[in-house]
Amino acid sequence: MSSNTLNSEPAAAALDNYVGFDTITQQIEKKLLKRGFHFNVMVVGQSGLGKSTLVNTIFASHLIESKARLAADEPPRQTTEIQTVSHLIEEHGVRLRLNIVDTPGYGDQVNNENCWEPIIKYIKDQHSAYLRKELTATRDRYIQDSRVHCCLFFIGPTGHALKPIDIVVLKKLSEVVNVVPVIAKSDSLTLEERQAFKQRIKAELVFHNIKLYPYESDEDDEQEQALNESIRELLPFAIVGSERNVIIDGKAVRGRKNRYGVINVESEEHCEFIYLRNFLTRTHLQDLIETTAQIHYEAFRAKQLLAIRESTHPASAQPSVASPTATMLSSPMAPTVMSPSTIGSPATMGSPAQSQKYVL
Amino acid sequence: MAHRLGGRRKNVKKGFQFTFMVVGTSGTGRTTFVNTLCDSNVLPNKICDNPEDAHIEEGINIKPISVDLDEDGVRISLTIVDTPGFGDNIDNERCFHEIVAYLERQYDDILAEESRIKRNARFRDNRVHALLYFISPTGHALREIDIELMRRLSPRVNVIPVVGRADSLTPQELKDFKRRIMEDIEHYSIPIYNFPYDVEEDDEDTVEENSELRALLPFAIIGSDEEINVNGRIVRGRQYPWGAVEVDNPKHSDFGRLRSALLSSHLQDLKEITHDFLYENYRTEKLSRTVSGGDQEDASLNAEDMASQSVRLKEEQLKKEEEKLREIELKVQREIQEKRAELSSKEEALRSLEARLAQAQLAD
Repeated sequence: MSSNTLNSEPAAAALDNYVGFDTITQQIEKKLLKRGFHFNVMVVGQSGLGKSTLVNTIFASHLIESKARLAADEPPRQTTEIQTVSHLIEEHGVRLRLNIVDTPGYGDQVNNENCWEPIIKYIKDQHSAYLRKELTATRDRYIQDSRVHCCLFFIGPTGHALKPIDIVVLKKLSEVVNVVPVIAKSDSLTLEERQAFKQRIKAELVFHNIKLYPYESDEDDEQEQALNESIRELLPFAIVGSERNVIIDGKAVRGRKNRYGVINVESEEHCEFIYLRNFLTRTHLQDLIETTAQIHYEAFRAKQLLAIRESTHPASAQPSVASPTATMLSSPMAPTVMSPSTIGSPATMGSPAQSQKYVL
Repeated sequence: MAHRLGGRRKNVKKGFQFTFMVVGTSGTGRTTFVNTLCDSNVLPNKICDNPEDAHIEEGINIKPISVDLDEDGVRISLTIVDTPGFGDNIDNERCFHEIVAYLERQYDDILAEESRIKRNARFRDNRVHALLYFISPTGHALREIDIELMRRLSPRVNVIPVVGRADSLTPQELKDFKRRIMEDIEHYSIPIYNFPYDVEEDDEDTVEENSELRALLPFAIIGSDEEINVNGRIVRGRQYPWGAVEVDNPKHSDFGRLRSALLSSHLQDLKEITHDFLYENYRTEKLSRTVSGGDQEDASLNAEDMASQSVRLKEEQLKKEEEKLREIELKVQREIQEKRAELSSKEEALRSLEARLAQAQLAD
């Protein structure tokens, strides 16, 4: 008799009859369909680069408003603001709860020092909120996921190179969220200019060691690796957005009609919108959500919990004890849950909204 | 305007001198515009082939370049001042100051030259007669940096706002964009150069021409230093998969109208306003400042300023010293003459003494 312990590699057994456990995928699907999906996307870029238009084009409906300053008596924004809208969209019975995080004011001032801080803070706040919910003793069965799954970074179509501010912000963003860079309003660049611009941007990203999504992973099979390679070749996507239709060959497509021609947003020969749309919604949607949880969130979580352990017991290696000291209450999460002896002590739960200090 | 034509006739042989500055963030089409205007590669395009340089924040770099153009048989000696680096840093506060300082330095030079006792007839006038400000084609309205720049610079130079790289805007978007920009300019009371005319004084043609140009503001520019083939014609333009833009086609770009306004029809007007109005204002401000409180020199006295001022000071000093030397020479000569006169009178006295002595000896 073979002594199969749970840790050793199981031997493959052959089946004599059809059992039917392969329907587990449909069972899972049914459960997931009932629950619905969450997708949180953030757009970052100077005003006037077509961020709102692009999001509305990708999801084929008017979801967010442009935050343009259109009235002369409206003063220009002085800081980066974070504005979120939430929509529920449905396709063939699949319900998607879409949160779009807009960042009006980013990069629009004369002095843009630290204009990226509200953005980084927002992303980390979502991780922190999730961690807090995870660590509460009586937690929800399904935690509302407000973590940012994808950050679309808009590069202005100068045709030259990345700006110093772009490089600083891309570096900081890529450490906390999946970043997908796009060249905005690429209909102002000829095809040669576009290619040259892309090559230069890629060289600069490599030089600064900026890690963009999709990341390399050992778990990918050949097909997935090939797909990811082709995506990486295309980055940054040169896109054009439009909420209006134009008629081309009798068909109504999203496009722009200007003085010298008609741009078909949905044609691969005019721009790379289709590649971006498929990438975000048809091939990598689930992976974006998963890598946010498995890579970015985990990194954040590990740092936070280690820091808390250090701060409460700098000498010993013991997990933190349920003493409602001031140090614990000031940290964003309740560290006491870590030790089993303190499960259910309500006094230390739900720390008040104090100044959130993050381990950088 | 009659006197404008008169001026042209007089100056046709000598040619005109004109200086303009181009300002705008990287990628707004400044360099291409200048090259299109001069029909040659006057300014080098930004070189960004080295990925290691992208994150470096260079400050603004103000560079004048001279070029000779022939415009309808009229020679124009053009000086173009490029300002690469404007608005490309994370913090752009210093850029405005540097441009204003440059403009004021040229005024200072003229002021100093005018106050000299002996003036140089061939003194080169480097004042900037027009500033083309390139607005990024966002389609919204003015950005904070646009408002700040135009506001700070329009007291010192004729500011003409221009929308760079306007090819990405549809006709309707461009119309709305232009309207909102002019509303912003009105709202913030920015005195740009808006092709002024007087309905009462000027003739009909002038009024019509100027009001047309004013309605075009800000000029929507598309430039290109490449030639493309459009239906068999070779023209300057840009080729896209969906069509071609022709730089010289007035339906596509306001480039032609701006060029003719800048280099022929309104060249004199821009120069006159710079001299009669902007320079005069600066002069009044500066002189009343030195009269009221000499120590209130503003901090814009940077090293270059000091150098040119010290050169002028040295020249004055040299002149004074020369005069002193001449005076000393004269004095010395006078003294020599006096001494000679003394000497000759003493010699005479000696001779007469000798003569008497000789006589006395003879008598013995």
